[in-house]
Amino acid sequence: MSKLTHASKKAPLLEVNHLETAFKIDREYYNAVDNVSFTVKPRQVVGIVGESGCGKSVLSLSVMRLLPKGISEIRSGEILFDGKDLVKMSENEINNIRGKDIAMIFQEPMTSLNPVFTIGYQLQEVLLNHMEISKKEARQKSIELLKGVGISRPDKIVDEYPHQLSGGMRQRVMIAMAIACQPKLLIADEPTTALDVTVQAQILELLKEIQSANDMAIILITHDLGVVAEMCDDVIVMYAGKIVERTDVDTLFYNPKHPYTKLLMGAIPKMDEDREVLESIKGIVPSLKNMPKVGCKFAARCPHAMPECSFVTPQLAETEQGHEVACLLYETSRPKEGMNVQ
Amino acid sequence: MLKYTLRRVLAMIPMLFLISIIVFSLAKLMPGDSLGGEIDPANTDPEYIEQMREKLGYNDPIYEQYFRWITNFVQGDFGKSTRYKIPANEIIMERLPNTIFLSLTSLIITYVLALAMGIYSGRKPYTLGDNTIAAANYIGLALPSFVAGVFAIYIFSFHLGWFPSNGSVDISVTEGTFEYWLSRFHHVLLPAFVLGLLNTASYTQFLRNDIIENSRKDYVRTARAKGTSESKIYNVHIFRNSVIPLVTFLGFDIVNLVGGAIITETIFTYPGIGQLFLTSVTNRDYSVLMTLTMMFSVLTLFGNLVADILYGIVDPRIRLD
Repeated sequence: MSKLTHASKKAPLLEVNHLETAFKIDREYYNAVDNVSFTVKPRQVVGIVGESGCGKSVLSLSVMRLLPKGISEIRSGEILFDGKDLVKMSENEINNIRGKDIAMIFQEPMTSLNPVFTIGYQLQEVLLNHMEISKKEARQKSIELLKGVGISRPDKIVDEYPHQLSGGMRQRVMIAMAIACQPKLLIADEPTTALDVTVQAQILELLKEIQSANDMAIILITHDLGVVAEMCDDVIVMYAGKIVERTDVDTLFYNPKHPYTKLLMGAIPKMDEDREVLESIKGIVPSLKNMPKVGCKFAARCPHAMPECSFVTPQLAETEQGHEVACLLYETSRPKEGMNVQ
Repeated sequence: MLKYTLRRVLAMIPMLFLISIIVFSLAKLMPGDSLGGEIDPANTDPEYIEQMREKLGYNDPIYEQYFRWITNFVQGDFGKSTRYKIPANEIIMERLPNTIFLSLTSLIITYVLALAMGIYSGRKPYTLGDNTIAAANYIGLALPSFVAGVFAIYIFSFHLGWFPSNGSVDISVTEGTFEYWLSRFHHVLLPAFVLGLLNTASYTQFLRNDIIENSRKDYVRTARAKGTSESKIYNVHIFRNSVIPLVTFLGFDIVNLVGGAIITETIFTYPGIGQLFLTSVTNRDYSVLMTLTMMFSVLTLFGNLVADILYGIVDPRIRLD
């Protein structure tokens, strides 16, 4: 696997290798994340973009080992965090990492907090889970944390219940909870999708500040390319459970290669163009059960589709330095001679 | 909260008034009266019966009788039992401790079992243990108490001889001694188990389903993401949420505590309120019947009030004012 060369040469913080996460439907497994590999270096902000149903959230839940039990599981691959494989860890071992070294914030701030406990209790819980401190110290620390995420009157809010706060404030509480133990990696799964546009900007600004202050790496999952441009160093574009393109943020915006990425870019409304209709990509992501087994999964919706796209599976490979694409339009993506067509 | 409680208590008064009118009218509309079955027409002069009816005011229009009754009732005169020839409140007070003892024991049995089974089933749904509990619960729910009671007496009293089959205490022991209380406890166990076990089903399944539902909520995922242990997630995060709907049951339980179990008490010939209520209906013992009805009504309204106040305590989203 080729490494991105523009990023720092340090050892990766997170290394995902050939991850396959599957859902069980009618006793059969269907891969929602299909052979995905990527790395996150310390202090790096990596964006993962794609439409709804392309596997972004499942990928992030896999890293946290928070997949819904019984219906989904990691089938193969490894997730190395600081050199240790999260996939092989026991429930207890992963509990020591969750909230402490890797933290996560979710899309829905309205339902992500427990309605019957105070903000303070829920903040202190993460501190008490991972630190040897007294309840009093934890309370003091949670007030500081609330202040740190820009909540006014933190000494009052700490005793209030989630329903007394607005969506933006709840998301701030979620962020405070996530950064409480100064994690090395924060996974933010569409952290601003459920919020007002003005609040979105504030939350992104806050995430940026915290990221540089805490020297934290972020995996930012979003379907908003504006957010990507604002926040990310590197971008991974996912389609139907696979990575289709990966590069740094500037290259992606100025020189997108995969037809899917190009179409996504086309769907961004532009200030200087007077358009009546918003561009959209025709069709939807195929459901897990109807996923084509071979060939490019985007072929059915792709304007550049060639006959071979439906039976030759493109490989993710470096077409230019630091720019990986999986599309048969590029010679590098063609399976090598003698190699099995996956 | 105080203002809320006060307002609710005041609102009970017109409600109780309406209840008393309806129940009194219905009781009086039942064919016959308290003299009907008691006096043997063969050797009692029908004219004497007629005189007594006139004297007791049974021939007056219902509204006059009601007015007479309610005037006395609000002054604390609950009337005299036509069957036991003592004031209605005395006969009720005599039975009340028995009933409370029985219901409290059965309620404890229900709560302990339902909490234990509900939490287990909710945490491990669709497993063998859960299915076994569900099967046992539905059998309990489907069994009528008169069947369960009769079988319990047949097996545990007649065949095994573990428990007495009737009464509330052994007549040979002296009141107040340790043996007396032991005997009372011994007498109450079998009916309490029959009552308690039959009632666990709804509590258990309610708690189980609520735990399963809550375990899929987003806040559980958040708690996991914080590194909170699975047992704390279930015992603290989910339990606090799942216990809220159970508070509704608590309101009804307060009524059941004194309302007694009519059928179970009758089968075990246990001298409680339920049995008294049934005989007061069949004997047309109006003063006892009405006093009991009013007592049940007050407690029902009171139980609902307690449930509503408890809601406000266990669920911060509900504020009473």
